Amino acid sequence: MIRLEKRPQPSRAWTVATPLLAVALTMVAGGLMFALLGKDPVVAIRTIFWDPLFHEQFASYSRPQLLVKAGPLILIATGLSLGFRAGIWNIGAEGQYIMGALAGAGVALALYPLDAWFLFPLMVLAGALGGWAWAMIPAILKTRFRTNEILVSLLLVYVAEQVLASMALGLMKNPEGGGFPGSRNLQHYPAAANTELIAGTGMHWGVAAAFIAVIAAYVLLTRHILGFQIRLAGQSPRAARFAGVNPNALVVICLGLSGALAGLAGMFEVAGPAGRVNIGFNQGYGFTAIIVAFLGRLHPVGILLAGLLMALTYIGGELAQFMLGIPSAAIQAFQGMLLFFLLGVDVLSNYRIRLGRRRIA
Amino acid sequence: MDLGAINPAVLAASLMVAATPILLAAIGELVVEKSGVLNLGVEGMMITGAIVGFAIAVETGNPALGFLAAMAGGAALSLVFGILTQVLMSNQVATGLALTLFGLGFSALIGQGYVGVKPPALAKPDLGPLADIPVLGRVLFSHDLIVYLGLALVVAVWAFLRFTRPGLILRAVGENHDAAHALGYKVVRIRLAAIAFGGACAGLGGAYLSLMRVPQWTEGMTAGAGWIALAIVVFASWRAGRVLLGAYLFGGVAVLQLNLQAAGLAVPVELLSASPYLVTILVLVIISADRGRAALNAPASLGRVFHASS
Repeated sequence: MIRLEKRPQPSRAWTVATPLLAVALTMVAGGLMFALLGKDPVVAIRTIFWDPLFHEQFASYSRPQLLVKAGPLILIATGLSLGFRAGIWNIGAEGQYIMGALAGAGVALALYPLDAWFLFPLMVLAGALGGWAWAMIPAILKTRFRTNEILVSLLLVYVAEQVLASMALGLMKNPEGGGFPGSRNLQHYPAAANTELIAGTGMHWGVAAAFIAVIAAYVLLTRHILGFQIRLAGQSPRAARFAGVNPNALVVICLGLSGALAGLAGMFEVAGPAGRVNIGFNQGYGFTAIIVAFLGRLHPVGILLAGLLMALTYIGGELAQFMLGIPSAAIQAFQGMLLFFLLGVDVLSNYRIRLGRRRIA
Repeated sequence: MDLGAINPAVLAASLMVAATPILLAAIGELVVEKSGVLNLGVEGMMITGAIVGFAIAVETGNPALGFLAAMAGGAALSLVFGILTQVLMSNQVATGLALTLFGLGFSALIGQGYVGVKPPALAKPDLGPLADIPVLGRVLFSHDLIVYLGLALVVAVWAFLRFTRPGLILRAVGENHDAAHALGYKVVRIRLAAIAFGGACAGLGGAYLSLMRVPQWTEGMTAGAGWIALAIVVFASWRAGRVLLGAYLFGGVAVLQLNLQAAGLAVPVELLSASPYLVTILVLVIISADRGRAALNAPASLGRVFHASS
């Protein structure tokens, strides 16, 4: 007879080991899925996890992509993890990402063709503000009317997508684009472009911002009173209230921070790798970042590693699509599976498995 | 602009059709939440039902089999959530999100070969003279079986929760799982059954979308319907009758905005497309602003992890 016994405190060893275990289990289950699709599972897994980094032909192209993809994921996930720790569920990062991108690009397009040093910093500011403002909608509804922030933030993603469509077809459409939807390409607008900082590495301002966010979040969570309050509110809301934590302030701060970071990610993306505002330019980073946050155990350093791993599956997925004809949707399912396994094996860090008959005390 | 082209009877009839997928998913989720479980994976189960039902209906040529398969698919996926949250005691919010993310990817994967395929249609029952009643016949008696099944399900769930002993036990489990456990009720088993029911309903709702309402398969075609279903459960304050009201309200907005788009109203198309989501948010705000009322009805153990210590 197997039963579970609650640990007084989560096991530290398992807390570190479970994400690795989950990745291993996902590889096995993913291999099975690829076998069912009629592909050699070993080759498929190697193409996804190994070839992007070490294949002699593709690695030189795909290695820089690792940072390009990981940057926004880490940036968004770091913000989300703060709220998740406090039990504040912002799952609309995708919408905040879009609004950040629109605000950032909007500034650049409005001032076109201004060539000034302050344009890019202004865009960064606008991007953060755009994401922040979009996240403030669920935050204010939550604090004023106790409306569920999960549903509001998520529903606003669909609204943001409509705003994006309206902008791409209307206000922000490239006047020299021959009637096609989509804005001017910001990469061809030097003052506004988010260029590679070190050639050939994929390192752009967004990646730098992601690293800064990770460090800042680490300091916040371990050294600052706000980080303590976030952790306390997550573990025991009642105790937090007695300790003088203002739950409403926490909602506004956590949603605001995660929204601003998601907005920044969107702005860096639209000014850099994506280049232009267009329908469907958001690639689901806001949703994948939720997986990244959990895979990283809501810890800044963990998120850094998880973001890189998840970026690897994106690039490996593209490679597998190109080399083996594995559909891109398979990678999405693969990422979802990873989150399943992660949540499942988490039982090991919170509970002890006991074998044998139950003794009566 | 030609608002005169909008026929109220046709509008009301298509409202019932538009509301059905969400009604089915919401009534299933109502039972799940009444048992004290918050399954945020409705969207994932709906889209899985949509593609599984579509694929089976196309392969067998029998839409009824498709609907059954969709229910089985939705239930199977929901049981993954059930095992994770009930047996392995994972966080319900996170696991529900995982279900949605996985469902979207999984459905896109299966659905690759089905883009642009036309599914077989489910025959409509002939209600004879009833359908010939002016206006009412068009509005009420010209639908397919699933529309009526949805309505029957609302009544059945209402009666089950209100008048039957198993319904009472289900509610007890949702209100206080420790007390229910102490009384000898199998909390985990009851919840797993409720979750599977919710999954089957969501799957059916998804299949209705892909087989009847649209009828076509496109990636991500549920477009937030599952989330709106979740919002409707909150709007309904966990009452079956008000789920119907909420679903029809949403169906009304969805149909009206499509008609207004077609009529060329001088409002941006994007605003009209976003209106169902905006209305849902607005309704949520109004309900939650009513201090106490909404919260009073929420099952007390909703979303809490149950671990039997003895």
